[in-house]
Amino acid sequence: MLSTLDMQILEILCEDAKISTEELATMTGSDREAVTESMERLHREGILVGVQTLINWERTDREFVRAVIEVNVQPQREKGFDAIAQRIMQYDEVRSLYLMSGAYDLLVECEAGTLRELAQFVHSRLSVIEGVTGTSTHFRLKTYKYGGTIFETPNTDLRQAVMP
Amino acid sequence: MDLSKVLNQRVAAVPPSGIRKFFDIVQRIPDAISLGVGEPDFVTPWPIRDAAIQSIEEGRTQYTSNWGLPELRSNIARYLETRYGVRYDPASEILVTVGASEGIDLAMRALVMPGDEVLIPDPSYVSYAPCVIFAGGTPVPVHTHAENGFAITPEELRAAITSRTKALILPYPNNPTGGVMSRGELTELAACLQNTDIMVVSDEIYSELVYEGHEHTSFASIPGMHERTITLNGFSKAFAMTGWRVGYACAPREIMVPMFRIHQYTMLCASMQGQVAACQALRRAFATQYEDVRKMVASYDRRRRLMVEGLNAMGLDCFTPKGAFYVSPGIAATGMSSEAFCTELLEEMHVACVPGTAFGESGEGFIRCSYATSIEKLREALRRMEQFVRSRK
Repeated sequence: MLSTLDMQILEILCEDAKISTEELATMTGSDREAVTESMERLHREGILVGVQTLINWERTDREFVRAVIEVNVQPQREKGFDAIAQRIMQYDEVRSLYLMSGAYDLLVECEAGTLRELAQFVHSRLSVIEGVTGTSTHFRLKTYKYGGTIFETPNTDLRQAVMP
Repeated sequence: MDLSKVLNQRVAAVPPSGIRKFFDIVQRIPDAISLGVGEPDFVTPWPIRDAAIQSIEEGRTQYTSNWGLPELRSNIARYLETRYGVRYDPASEILVTVGASEGIDLAMRALVMPGDEVLIPDPSYVSYAPCVIFAGGTPVPVHTHAENGFAITPEELRAAITSRTKALILPYPNNPTGGVMSRGELTELAACLQNTDIMVVSDEIYSELVYEGHEHTSFASIPGMHERTITLNGFSKAFAMTGWRVGYACAPREIMVPMFRIHQYTMLCASMQGQVAACQALRRAFATQYEDVRKMVASYDRRRRLMVEGLNAMGLDCFTPKGAFYVSPGIAATGMSSEAFCTELLEEMHVACVPGTAFGESGEGFIRCSYATSIEKLREALRRMEQFVRSRK
């Protein structure tokens, strides 16, 4: 069960991960020790798992290919989907992996440097995993919004600069 | 033709807003961080925008009733009763206005006769005094002080009342100070007014934005005050809807009649789309127990704490505001005037604040900082201000 302080810390970090322990303490109206203790616990419990910067690589010169792959698998006795998921998630090409309801079982988000590398990953590594019964690859063409952030329009403040 | 002779001298005598100058300077500084913005940094929640779009698609492009959409008025009545315990008849005591700003103007024009005095806490929002003057009255500042939380005390109120006092404006939670008044404090003011004919114009536009457990009291909910109170509120601050221009004025029927008449002949009605959006805002608030509002308040609250702590740490004495989204730190320690402080801070460090003097004489020695800006920008602004203050000591 998370405390109000835990929740407040998570909400603030969602907005700005660069915030310091002192600032967190100020903003939540608690002391530094309480914030440190809460953050350590959130880490231990696997709730705070990491910090990343959101980058719109499409605005850079970097070449890459991104795809989402729908994967059908034969679930294994006792282990269900987890064992196969465990194997798939090990590949560096796999950026995210979800178990899905509906027409397929696993959704794999992939990234590779070139089309050839991605093709190789699909046909010689992913498809051949025991239990994988089929894949369907879709290329991502453009990112409009990611992680709650709109990529297309730069973040502009439309307000008048000084208002009473 | 001498155009200066054709002008209404009463209007011509009102000085331009002191804020304009800062706006102009900010325009030519591309990396300026503005703490001078008097509106939320949230965009209107999507479901509210969507309702307005849908109404355009459906061809709802007409005038509404002069009073405003009936459903909106009954939602406002429900809101005021459930949230603040004030009852107004949606058919004859609630008028939808073009922002709370129109409500200020209507109230003044309906009440004020030449020679009448209107008491205005100082510092306060910039529009009250000009509206009093436009209506032919005389604004009388009631100076408030940081040590009293910028609230009006009964002594100050009694000292300001004369035989010509027509009305008292009660703008709490306050822009620019963030000061609030508790139910107890308002009850004491009510006692001073009890046997007078003084009306109260209670501008409660920031009523939803309160912190540290403060509970907003609507002045009309204080026993005996309903009959002498004009309550002004709106959607701009609580629902991040400034550009829609929708507010409302509530008053007993006899007072509403002249206010309605002015509105009917000058404004006709607030925009259809704004009213549809406002209606959706309240519907949604009722259905979600004010979820959007709660989230916005929680976010402002964190930034409020960050600003108060940061300003105090750099040696600017900072009254802890419990309302709105402003802090007004004292800058006396630097020995500078508010105007000089803000001008130099903007020119040298590219941080825009508004001098307290823009809000009245009592604002001298204070600057207004709005914290309705991203945490990232607030931290950078605090860093620059700290450097500035250090260079001036």
